[in-house]
Amino acid sequence: MKYADYYAALGVERTASPDEIKKAYRKLAQKYHPDVSKEAGAEDRFKEVAEAYQTLKDPEKRAAYDALGQRPPGEEFRPPPDWARQHGATGNGAENFSFDDVDFGDLFERFGARGRRGGRGQLPGQDFEVPVEISIEDAFRGTTLELNLSLPEYDSSGQLRRVPHAVKARVAPGAVDGQRLRLPGKGGKGFNGGRDGDLYLDISLKAHPLYRATDHDLYLDLPLAPWEAALGATVEVPTLGGAVKLKVPAGTSAGQKLRLSGRGLPKPRGGAGDQFAVVQIVVPARASDAEQKLYEQLREQSQFNPRQHFGGEGA
Amino acid sequence: MTDEVLWLDEHRVVSLAELVEVSGLSENELLELVQVGVLPVREARGAAYTFSARVVTVARTACRLRDDLELDTRGLGVALRLLERVSELESEITRLRAQLPGS
Repeated sequence: MKYADYYAALGVERTASPDEIKKAYRKLAQKYHPDVSKEAGAEDRFKEVAEAYQTLKDPEKRAAYDALGQRPPGEEFRPPPDWARQHGATGNGAENFSFDDVDFGDLFERFGARGRRGGRGQLPGQDFEVPVEISIEDAFRGTTLELNLSLPEYDSSGQLRRVPHAVKARVAPGAVDGQRLRLPGKGGKGFNGGRDGDLYLDISLKAHPLYRATDHDLYLDLPLAPWEAALGATVEVPTLGGAVKLKVPAGTSAGQKLRLSGRGLPKPRGGAGDQFAVVQIVVPARASDAEQKLYEQLREQSQFNPRQHFGGEGA
Repeated sequence: MTDEVLWLDEHRVVSLAELVEVSGLSENELLELVQVGVLPVREARGAAYTFSARVVTVARTACRLRDDLELDTRGLGVALRLLERVSELESEITRLRAQLPGS
């Protein structure tokens, strides 16, 4: 396992008083709490700070931590063989305890008030929240997620160990960005008959080269040639369910949104959002001689002034 | 075989007892959050409250904020209201961005 410097994580001296440790934690927790801060790296920083505080706030856990000595952060190491026993860890196998699959942060779980219950009392399994990105196509059609997670789980001696969890979850059509799903009992296993934790999936939709999703509606840019916009046209437009014909009315301007009713993402209880084609008018970078002549002719003949509302000379 | 998946959306209803179990908050704490107006009740039959499953996320956030930031119910009320406001504004930005060409 890799050593973590809990004092450095909280920015305090190794001799800091419990009060100093609490103050340092409060300050950092408010700054980096993932529900509050969207700063890059805030969540990892918060985990580091919370893990440090969990151990340093408890005198017995802190003593066990201090006994490991100070090492460079990230250094691979193993606690000495009789370390757990010396620091009052109890439960089956505390004497010849193995450190395989144990995360540094979970190591101190067996010390202190909660740890001493190990071997006897019930402990509920931990809940976990996992962010999952799915494509817009998967949200449209539905998908089966196969996740391979490594979650901490209590062993028979009450020590948390990282255990692989394979989860297979069917996401029916209609998930939107921000959709949350609960998988009961798929979190960490409960200890000694305690209830198993739950797994929560936070769904987000991956950016798509064509579609932009908002709730169940989809937006797509529709480039039109000037004459298509002026004269009207029937154009083929991609939708998630396949291409459809869209009638562009004559006199369509850029920025107008043409609605394809019911062509958005399906809703879980029936119906669907809409797809909107956002009109863009594009011109060829280089007009041919013939096109050039026609544009010039149009300029001579047209009375149209798109800037009339400016008034004055700019108009 | 796939695992059971529950959608936390407005179509699913949860009882107060279920909310206690999944959120980690006590019944009293949840009722206080109902009172300060951050946990909308779907139906109240006497003391039997039901909620839309959407509030599971809110209640779990409340539990994290209580544990990690040591907030009391009034503090939680303010924090959750602001988080709700932030989330509404973020949705509004996403909606407006989606309408911008080439974004």
